[in-house]
Amino acid sequence: MLELRGVSYRYPGYATQVLRDLDLTIADGEIVGLVGANEAGKSTLCLVASGLAPASIGGRLTGSLLIDGEPMTGRAPHELAERVVAGFQDPATQRSGVAATVFEEVALGPMNLGLAVAQTVGRTRAALAALGIEALAERHPSRLSGGQSQLVALASLLVMRPRHMVLDEPAARLDPAGTNLVAGAIRALAATGAGLLIAEHRTDLLDGLCGRIVVLDGGCVVLDGPAGEVFADDRIEGFGVEPPARIRLARALAARGLDPALIVLDADATPVRGVASPDPAAAPSAPA
Amino acid sequence: MTAIEIRGLTHVYPDGTRALDGVDLVVPAGQRLAIVGQIGSGKTTLVRHLNGLLRPTAGSVLLDGLDVRSTHVARLARQVGLVFQDPGAQIFSSRVRAEVAFGPRTIGLRGAALEAAVDGALEAVGLTDADALNPYDLGLSRRKLLAVASILAMRTPVVVLDEPTTGQDARGTARIRRIVADLAAEGRTVITISHDLRFVAEGFERVAVMGRGRVILDGTPETVFAEPSWPVLASTSLEPPFAARVGARLGLGSTPTEASLIEAIASRSAEAGSRRGSS
Repeated sequence: MLELRGVSYRYPGYATQVLRDLDLTIADGEIVGLVGANEAGKSTLCLVASGLAPASIGGRLTGSLLIDGEPMTGRAPHELAERVVAGFQDPATQRSGVAATVFEEVALGPMNLGLAVAQTVGRTRAALAALGIEALAERHPSRLSGGQSQLVALASLLVMRPRHMVLDEPAARLDPAGTNLVAGAIRALAATGAGLLIAEHRTDLLDGLCGRIVVLDGGCVVLDGPAGEVFADDRIEGFGVEPPARIRLARALAARGLDPALIVLDADATPVRGVASPDPAAAPSAPA
Repeated sequence: MTAIEIRGLTHVYPDGTRALDGVDLVVPAGQRLAIVGQIGSGKTTLVRHLNGLLRPTAGSVLLDGLDVRSTHVARLARQVGLVFQDPGAQIFSSRVRAEVAFGPRTIGLRGAALEAAVDGALEAVGLTDADALNPYDLGLSRRKLLAVASILAMRTPVVVLDEPTTGQDARGTARIRRIVADLAAEGRTVITISHDLRFVAEGFERVAVMGRGRVILDGTPETVFAEPSWPVLASTSLEPPFAARVGARLGLGSTPTEASLIEAIASRSAEAGSRRGSS
């Protein structure tokens, strides 16, 4: 379990607090989505929840970060890395710069944990396979497209087999296939009992992936609850968050006096073809 | 008038990666073109040929009749403004205003004309109040908007936006949509690379789909996102926008945008109502 208790934070050299008196708990196996307008504090919360702020970047933190009940204050970066890993918006910031191939880049984390060679190789292969990037193994890490870099950065986190993971827009540069691979990897990691926090603007991606959604505004948690309830809450647009397409469209239909239950796709988001229904009342209704 | 004419463009990187494999693409001046396709399909490599960052391995690129192979990058920079997907790749000044002024100053703007170009660009992206800040004091989303402003200020006839909506919240995306519409209204050519197919369907009149270094589908959003095109989209890891999928499921034909879906549902409902009324 990862807990933030009464956390406030300001960056080094700044007078204003970016996070203010914030409480957040992420249970084992839970996938929590973090949304909010630009500069609401999402990325900062990711830095604090992963221990990088203040341990690596300085600044002033009050309140505490606890992992499995233990306070993380004053821990060395390598101790933190064994408990929580974090991935950020720009994969270039995460690249080691010392690896000549993608395989070496991904293997770097387990090597630094002192794992045996066979174990390191096995984990690295599994992480590349989980994201469908085995074919990139021999490429140079700096000679990749934006989306490929993002998958390599994520593989470098998965290979650590973390118990807690914080991701800041993990699929921003990915196509739908890449996004589905990332969502699959996130679900698989949560199924091992890991707790995840995912900051993301695209609520369509979080819808169906996260059981719970936290909305930030001005550095404070303003909504926290089951994904279905939070996304249906009228207030989220005021916080700069666009509801998922199914909710937006259902509202637009209702506003025109039409049947909102028409906005339905199957659970796997694959449309069913040939369902032509001239009478809205005969259309398939929303699954419970 | 033709802004861009690409014929048989092939690019092979030094490590042997064949990123482009015979691209043909003709873009009339003033068009809004979106380039979509799976990661690593050659989208970014393609647009980097437009301002001389990359030179063709084979084939040709003509900009307003100028051959990019024999044209100096300084000349190309007046023609095509390219906003990178990663703002860190293009930002280097220590003040927002200086960053935006760099491009237009380099191409010769001075005095009031320079100030007006900078003010207009900052206003378009909503950074007027931030002009004295260090770019790295802005969050990534506003830093991306700064990168857009620094290209807008150059007032190039062609503007290329590589993944402009990533990391933007709803307001930021709306701002980018407005910038695209304003550029088009001025008759400038706008090219975007995007995985955000809703943004593409709502803001662009033409969509070129790339797969394995080639253009494999090219048409209006109505055609490209219509059900018969879905297998081609799937071959390059794309899914049609949500509205298109719902419209197809309801048998409403091609509804690439949310507005077109709502209209199609409303008109069918009205038809059903009038049939019931007349029977």
